Amino acid sequence: MDPAAGKFIGAGLASLGMGLAAIGVGNIFGNFLAGALRNPSAADGQFARAFIGAALAEGLGIFALVVALVLLFVA
Amino acid sequence: MTVDPIHQFEIKRYVDLLNFSSVQFSFTNAAMFMFGIVAIIFFFLTYATRGRTLVPGRAQSAAEMSYEFIAKMVRDSAGNQGMVFFPLVFSLFMFVLVANVVGLIPYTFTVTAHLVVTAALALLVIGTVIVYGFVKHGTHFLHLFVPSGVPGFLLPFLVVIEVVSFLSRPISLSLRLFANMLAGHIALKVFAFFVVGLASAGVVGWFGATLPFAMIVALTALELLVAVLQAYVFAVLTSIYLNDAIHPGH
Repeated sequence: MDPAAGKFIGAGLASLGMGLAAIGVGNIFGNFLAGALRNPSAADGQFARAFIGAALAEGLGIFALVVALVLLFVA
Repeated sequence: MTVDPIHQFEIKRYVDLLNFSSVQFSFTNAAMFMFGIVAIIFFFLTYATRGRTLVPGRAQSAAEMSYEFIAKMVRDSAGNQGMVFFPLVFSLFMFVLVANVVGLIPYTFTVTAHLVVTAALALLVIGTVIVYGFVKHGTHFLHLFVPSGVPGFLLPFLVVIEVVSFLSRPISLSLRLFANMLAGHIALKVFAFFVVGLASAGVVGWFGATLPFAMIVALTALELLVAVLQAYVFAVLTSIYLNDAIHPGH
């Protein structure tokens, strides 16, 4: 197999991680919304926390994207 | 013109200032945009607070709202002592926000889509945390890495995990902003190439090109949301990390 092809396959595999991070972000906001609908008065106070959690979960997907970009353009 | 979505991030050197053997200091388009961003923030805030009135006008409202927003955020996550760092957090928030939004204007340069810039901002934050933590608390700052109420045999592992998690903070803080901006702008340009490619295929292509064009409009709206959200996330995480420097004990 051409070594260049391996690079593209690796980049494609790395970007699978972004889909998994999407599950995490969806979990956070889904649970936040479920909680907010049960107790709407407490929702505003936890809004920042939901975004912090989403930012942390998203950060891991971003790492996967960076691996893919490094494989495509740097390595 | 080269057709590739990375072209927009190219650094152009305008004026060469200093030239050493391997290190060059030049005035680039990135530097120009950073000066521009600082100028926009400076002139907006001085203009907005020039003729202060009890009932604020539009500009004064915007300035007051951004102040109140960040002040509340810092107070919530780092307590009243955290307000020492309000100028730092507010400057970082305004810089990242204006840089992200300016980058959305076509033909401009997105400063925050460069890892060098975001890494410098993140290292500034973590450097402040470390220096302030040691100056304020001395070696007590190291209690940050030792969770209390943990059985003895688990403690070494947890300390290692805490240290690694602390060291990964500047990496994740800078990569998050950088990769969000980079990925968003690449996606916009990829759809722009679809439009150009389809529209050059003839009359049928003109109708086909409206689909990716509508997608560009939707993506631009999403990118505006992401630009504001990432500035907010950067500021929130900054104040949470600074909270560790102020209250290091668990």
